Amino acid sequence: MIKIEQLHKRFGKLHILQGVNAEIRQGEVVVVIGPSGSGKSTLLRCMNLIEEPSDGKIYFEGQCINEKAHDVNNTREKMGMVFQSFNLFPHMTVLDNITLAPIKVKGQSKSEAEQIAMNLLHKVGLSDKAHVYPSKLSGGQKQRIAIARALAMKPHVMLFDEPTSALDPEMVGEVLEVMKSLAQEGMTMVIVTHEMGFAKEVGDRILFMDGGNIVEEGTPEEVFQAPKHPRTQEFLRKVIN
Amino acid sequence: MAVFETLWEYKEMYLQGAGVTLLLTLCSILFGVILGFGLVFMRLSEVKSLRWLATAYIEVFRGTPLLVQLLIIYFALPIQVDKFTAGVIAVGLNSAAYLAEIFRAGIQGVDKGQVEAARSLGMTQKQTMRFIVIPQALRSVLPAIGNEFIVIIKETSIVMVIGLADLMYNADLIRTKTYQPFPSLVGAAIVYFIMTFSMSKLIGRLERKLNTNDKN
Repeated sequence: MIKIEQLHKRFGKLHILQGVNAEIRQGEVVVVIGPSGSGKSTLLRCMNLIEEPSDGKIYFEGQCINEKAHDVNNTREKMGMVFQSFNLFPHMTVLDNITLAPIKVKGQSKSEAEQIAMNLLHKVGLSDKAHVYPSKLSGGQKQRIAIARALAMKPHVMLFDEPTSALDPEMVGEVLEVMKSLAQEGMTMVIVTHEMGFAKEVGDRILFMDGGNIVEEGTPEEVFQAPKHPRTQEFLRKVIN
Repeated sequence: MAVFETLWEYKEMYLQGAGVTLLLTLCSILFGVILGFGLVFMRLSEVKSLRWLATAYIEVFRGTPLLVQLLIIYFALPIQVDKFTAGVIAVGLNSAAYLAEIFRAGIQGVDKGQVEAARSLGMTQKQTMRFIVIPQALRSVLPAIGNEFIVIIKETSIVMVIGLADLMYNADLIRTKTYQPFPSLVGAAIVYFIMTFSMSKLIGRLERKLNTNDKN
């Protein structure tokens, strides 16, 4: 579904991604772990071109998406993204947050979009918050709304960029719960996270990144129980203790 | 009190002048806001020459006195314009430079994550600007815009030098008629204050209305 070939990303002199190759298959939940600054978030943000790659190719559903001729907006419609800092639109109600893009981008009618939004709100357990502004919500609630907003576009894949890192500990669970149910429905997901327990439980495949590349990958059992690379071993020793 | 006696006695002249000042202000604001928006989009555009042009405009119009600008427009241009039009053009051109800078601060102050979220949903750059960035930018710079509008009300008084019969011009006329500088000029100050104070209240109300919902 997503294929990444020799991806490089430089910020000035910083060489953040150093020739990453990866593939995300349909229906798969891939969890990206690794130390801070290893390039996990950058890799994820390159997948929908929120970050422009310096070099290399990214294919989505068979098409190279980082060519000049390619319609980026069309691709982004099919890739939902959830951010660490939620990024809800503060000047709109929850319902408007969710329906804005379906109406403006997909051309859905207001009533159709609102019906879909209400179903999604029900799914994330926040039906009663439709007409509330984001400032009145807790962090966990905001992130669940952000997930609903991304889902309203009916994406083929969901990208999660440290979705629980900005949350108070007691709110992490409710967000992970929503993500878990999404995974069970067969959504293709790429998740950058520090929640190792969640990675183990929900991930089909783990990518461990360090120093701008994928150092090790495998099933959760392979990576967590018997890490091969010394840097993976060191990282896991630090996080698990 | 002499001030109120003078105000009352010459109420028609004061009112007439205030009417001209008000109309001049409204036209200048309208002109300035439209031009200011144009300038800010030039300044933030990808095209280098547009950026340069907008920056040069802003520097020149902020860096030279409004009085000089007004006199050039009224006396020194090859095309003849009437006094009112000259006033609107001068005050509008001048305030556009300030408004453009206020708008720019507002747009650049919108969190980058907002743009990323909108773009990640497939919205185009234009849609993102229109539905996400500009509404938030305007909210955050509303106090500064209000301030600029108040400045505009006061600065229109400069048109008296080209003989446009605004509030200031009429007040000065009353001064020479009555030989009483204090009541005639303080009268003008009072009328100006009523206008600026109303503007400030109006903006304050708008601010509260917008902020009740979405204060972060």
